[in-house]
Amino acid sequence: MKYRSVFDIIGPVMIGPSSSHTAGAARIGLVARQLFQKEPSWVSFHLYGSFAKTYQGHGTDVALVGGVLGFETFDTRITESMKIAKERGLNYSFHEEEAQLDHPNTVKIRMGDDHQEMELVGVSIGGGKVEIKELNGFELRLSGNHPAILVVHNDRFGAIASVSTILAKHQINIGHMQVSRKEVGKEALMVIEVDQNIGPDILQEVEALDHVEKVTKIHE
Amino acid sequence: MMFRNVQELVSLAEKEGIPISEIMIRQEMEYHERTREEIFAQMERNLNVMEKAVERGITEDVKSVSGLTGGDGKKLFEYMQSKETLAGNQLLEAVAKAMATNEVNAAMGTICATPTAGSAGVVPGVLFSTKNKLNPTREQMIRFLFTSGAFGFVVANNASISGAAGGCQAEVGSATGMAAAALVEMAGGTPKQCAEAMAMALKGMLGLVCDPVAGLVEVPCVKRNAFGSSNAIVAADLALAGIESRIPCDEVIDAMYRIGEAMPSAFKETAEGGLAATPTGRKYQEQIFGASVKKV
Repeated sequence: MKYRSVFDIIGPVMIGPSSSHTAGAARIGLVARQLFQKEPSWVSFHLYGSFAKTYQGHGTDVALVGGVLGFETFDTRITESMKIAKERGLNYSFHEEEAQLDHPNTVKIRMGDDHQEMELVGVSIGGGKVEIKELNGFELRLSGNHPAILVVHNDRFGAIASVSTILAKHQINIGHMQVSRKEVGKEALMVIEVDQNIGPDILQEVEALDHVEKVTKIHE
Repeated sequence: MMFRNVQELVSLAEKEGIPISEIMIRQEMEYHERTREEIFAQMERNLNVMEKAVERGITEDVKSVSGLTGGDGKKLFEYMQSKETLAGNQLLEAVAKAMATNEVNAAMGTICATPTAGSAGVVPGVLFSTKNKLNPTREQMIRFLFTSGAFGFVVANNASISGAAGGCQAEVGSATGMAAAALVEMAGGTPKQCAEAMAMALKGMLGLVCDPVAGLVEVPCVKRNAFGSSNAIVAADLALAGIESRIPCDEVIDAMYRIGEAMPSAFKETAEGGLAATPTGRKYQEQIFGASVKKV
């Protein structure tokens, strides 16, 4: 089931005008920002389907930039986000893509600074809910509605067990987990949605594991 | 999950002898491990946001950035106060408050999506029109939102609440069914009658396309919410009169989904068909964005 709470239906509280094109877009931008873990110096938005056709009318552009600036869907600063981006020195660009994807409200976000780059594909599925489909070429499914962590690790036996053991020790319940890799034995990615918030001490403990390269918390 | 479709929702409520709103509250408590107080408090915050948006829309001169919409909710509200109306004040109060909410939304104001922003007027419009007729307590008003949410939950999971995926029938159509069902519960109807109201209300909106002029959530969205709210009240009265839908509610929802799937993309929030493609619709698009953004 895609919608799991009554507040997915009666909610979110948001700045208008469109839950899919404004609130959903802001959420995708915000998840991207949280994954990047800091404000990027540049960001490019590649818009597909209905997003590409109507993004200016719905304030999708304003909302995406607002999300990347770290604003929530109900943050009234969203209406000013283009101005705030200029003040903060965030360069942004928008690209209308022709390709037809599975869902009409899809955006690919590329962002970066002098040190790193990131690419993410997000979909706004309706009513303000979003899914993250792809991160740096890894396919994944992430609703953005639960606390979640991302673990970049080496594809070796025992790597998954060692991470889940730490979570179990701290009585963190896993709601959804997904592992993906591009090639056997190479870089792999774990996405773990949990029921409780994960503190910084637990993140450090996971990061200290053999075969784990990076841990990111993406949602409180 | 305690229920996956309307039939399960209704049988559960009948078996336990409790209203639909209570089923939704219990599911939320169980599934998300939250207390009743937390859930009620969150829903009350949403109710407060809706109330503020309605108030703003019927008293202030709200105007959208494009200038296409704003002020009609207020206009209707003032007309009701000063003239003898044809449709009656309760119905028109719902319409005025639904439009007011959508006008605030179009002006990039703060609203609560029910189930979406484009359809955010119907549920609060109907809810805040009940004051003189049913005189609900604050708790009854919050329960109205849980009942709406329960039916919206089924539609969202079994069909769609996205105009881009299913057309306006999935947005304003769903909201109309949700509001109709919740109004029946508030008026003292049975869970079965809630489902009948939902079915009849949604049937009245089947096939409705999403054709926003210039891609903006303004024309025809504001007025679609107006008619959604009036349909919801009529459907609630039909159900309370004991009238039933020949097609069961779950099958109506499924029909809505299949119609949405078969609908050409020009009618699914792309601003390429319907009212958006009329000469006047195109003219507005060019006025607002200039000829350079013209597509198709």
